[in-house]
Amino acid sequence: MSGTEAVDGGWPLFEVFVRGKRGLNHVHVGSLRAADARMALTHARDLYTRRNEGVSIWVVRSADVTASAPDERDPFFAPSGDKVYRHPTFYEIPHDVPHI
Amino acid sequence: MTTEADEPELRAHFEETVAADRRVEPRDWMPEAYRATLVRQIAQHAHSEIIGMQPEGDWITRAPSLRRKAILWAKVQDEAGHGLYLYGAAETLGADRDDLTRRLLEGRQKYSSIFNYPAATFADVGVIGWLVDGAAICNQVPLCRSSYGPYARAMVRVCKEESFHQRQGYELLWTMTRGTAAQREMVQDAVDRWWWPSLMMFGPPDAASPNSERSMAWRVKRHSNDELRQRFVDMTVPQADRLGVTLPDPELRWNEERGRYDFGTPDFAELARVIGGDGPCNRERIARRTAAHEDGAWVREAAAAHAERRARRADGAGVAR
Amino acid sequence: MNGTGGEGDGPGDARWAFGTGFEDPLHGVAVEPPPGADGAAVARVCVALADDALVGAQRLAEWVTCAPELEIELALANVGLDLLGQARLLYARAGQVDGSGRGEDDFAYRRAAAEFRCLRLAELPRGDFAFTALRMLALSSARLAVLDGLRGAADPVLAAVAERGVTEVTYHRLFAAEWVVRLGDGTDVSRGRLGRAVEEAGPWLAEVWDDAVGAELGVAPGAVRAACAADWGRVAREAGVPLPVPVPVGGSGGRAGVHTAHLPVLLAELQGVARAHPGASW
Repeated sequence: MSGTEAVDGGWPLFEVFVRGKRGLNHVHVGSLRAADARMALTHARDLYTRRNEGVSIWVVRSADVTASAPDERDPFFAPSGDKVYRHPTFYEIPHDVPHI
Repeated sequence: MTTEADEPELRAHFEETVAADRRVEPRDWMPEAYRATLVRQIAQHAHSEIIGMQPEGDWITRAPSLRRKAILWAKVQDEAGHGLYLYGAAETLGADRDDLTRRLLEGRQKYSSIFNYPAATFADVGVIGWLVDGAAICNQVPLCRSSYGPYARAMVRVCKEESFHQRQGYELLWTMTRGTAAQREMVQDAVDRWWWPSLMMFGPPDAASPNSERSMAWRVKRHSNDELRQRFVDMTVPQADRLGVTLPDPELRWNEERGRYDFGTPDFAELARVIGGDGPCNRERIARRTAAHEDGAWVREAAAAHAERRARRADGAGVAR
Repeated sequence: MNGTGGEGDGPGDARWAFGTGFEDPLHGVAVEPPPGADGAAVARVCVALADDALVGAQRLAEWVTCAPELEIELALANVGLDLLGQARLLYARAGQVDGSGRGEDDFAYRRAAAEFRCLRLAELPRGDFAFTALRMLALSSARLAVLDGLRGAADPVLAAVAERGVTEVTYHRLFAAEWVVRLGDGTDVSRGRLGRAVEEAGPWLAEVWDDAVGAELGVAPGAVRAACAADWGRVAREAGVPLPVPVPVGGSGGRAGVHTAHLPVLLAELQGVARAHPGASW
């Protein structure tokens, strides 16, 4: 996210999140430009759901996104690196146990 | 903030990420040349989608059946959408769409030279779908694994959507070659005109492609120009046979030993001329895009002014409460 | 677009774009008209609404590559494709119930201007973006009211097309209304252009507001005018510009085949390639 702001009549950048279907999270799909949030919603509908990809859309000004620092080597994510037990693959169980 | 002392370590980490085929994401540290290469390539790709709307776009109002009208319109609309996905990817690198558009209009950034050829008849709509989109797909599929995350993701979306573009083109030609004699002639004529420019879409030969090597090392690009060109020919020849059209290359023949087709050399001097601005439609394409951009300025400004006023009014209302 | 429907877009087919649900809009709808149905009346309504949609779509297609911003390019194409889809279904239905067996392309490509039944506002030249937005607002308000009334039509296909059309045209109206508000409340330039658009559309609005196209199939008299007036009033308030209410006028208009000089020009472009190749297949 570049956080580019509107300049001389240009429209600010918005990030778009689409819920593919009920039961799923909204997922970031990309960005677009719009004069305001209401326009960003219609643009998002026209650009990102031309093929019925979504049932719900969120838009947020790119400038309003607060992000953690750069990449996964950053201390922000380091603590989880050793907590492998949070991941299902940590647990070895026999292959023939169904539905798990 | 990155200090100079950090740089060797950051660079090593970047190289390691790319070498391991992991994705680089927007806020990661990256060498300035990598960023510049990507902005150049993604912008050129986005511009190509937008300028590429023009040759076919003019046929929407004249399409000879309502079904073809709808298909063509949806396809040209997709191209506008793909341009937007790609401009969005470029913006994650700190580029600004307005600025990129300005560079296009001033001739400081390029677009695919194929779109400087005219679409003379409705058969061209079919041939553009079959050959031009076919060549584009060859170029683009490997980019779904580009090292830069937002570009790769945009390309996944583009490739999925474009799957119908080539098929609609081939289907149109298939139908036309089974129509009247005049239609068959239109198809062959269009194939004759678009075959060589399509081969040129893969760019100059590897030996003369200045940026290729580094782009491949950075996994921004994954196959060489000549490799992709060969792949396209091998894919297309059987399709042409099935269609019953002749590809205008006397040197085209199956090479048993290589297990691939041999084919003639495109006129790369022509490619250079067209890239240099001297194709049949270069001026027309940029003039149209410039007019749209300038004629639309009052609309964009009005929307910005209204948004600002509404935001102020909302603030005012908040204070009053 | 029902043309893309057959290409394997089942949920498991990962080759295709993400979306699903491109089903035939008439899937499961009975095709047989109910006993005692007035086929000629149904055909008349279908053709009139299809002509509005086709001619309106054609004008929107003239924006391709020329829209004021790329996002607007996408939006106008969506509206145009919706209208084109409605036109195709309605023409096909007209050919079934009028006994002629004509297909969608027979109606679109093989009729002269005097046989078209579109509203004249729809056929006026493309104009600038202010005119486009204002015209879209006027035509969508009216069309929405007509389609809404036709949801209860006895003809099952027309009712199904109306049902689906209501959803689509509701969005067209929203898009148009938001833009008219933005332009009215935008800059001096945009306000000026909107004012000129209002003047240009003015003489053709009464025909839209007083359109009786669905009356014989149960659309309530006055429903169109009421809907148009409500939308007009709301948008004028928000935009801060006057949108004059058209005074009813008599005389024949587009619904009787009386058109402006712009329609033959539009049709010459629309029909040119098709007419130049008789017997061709596309």
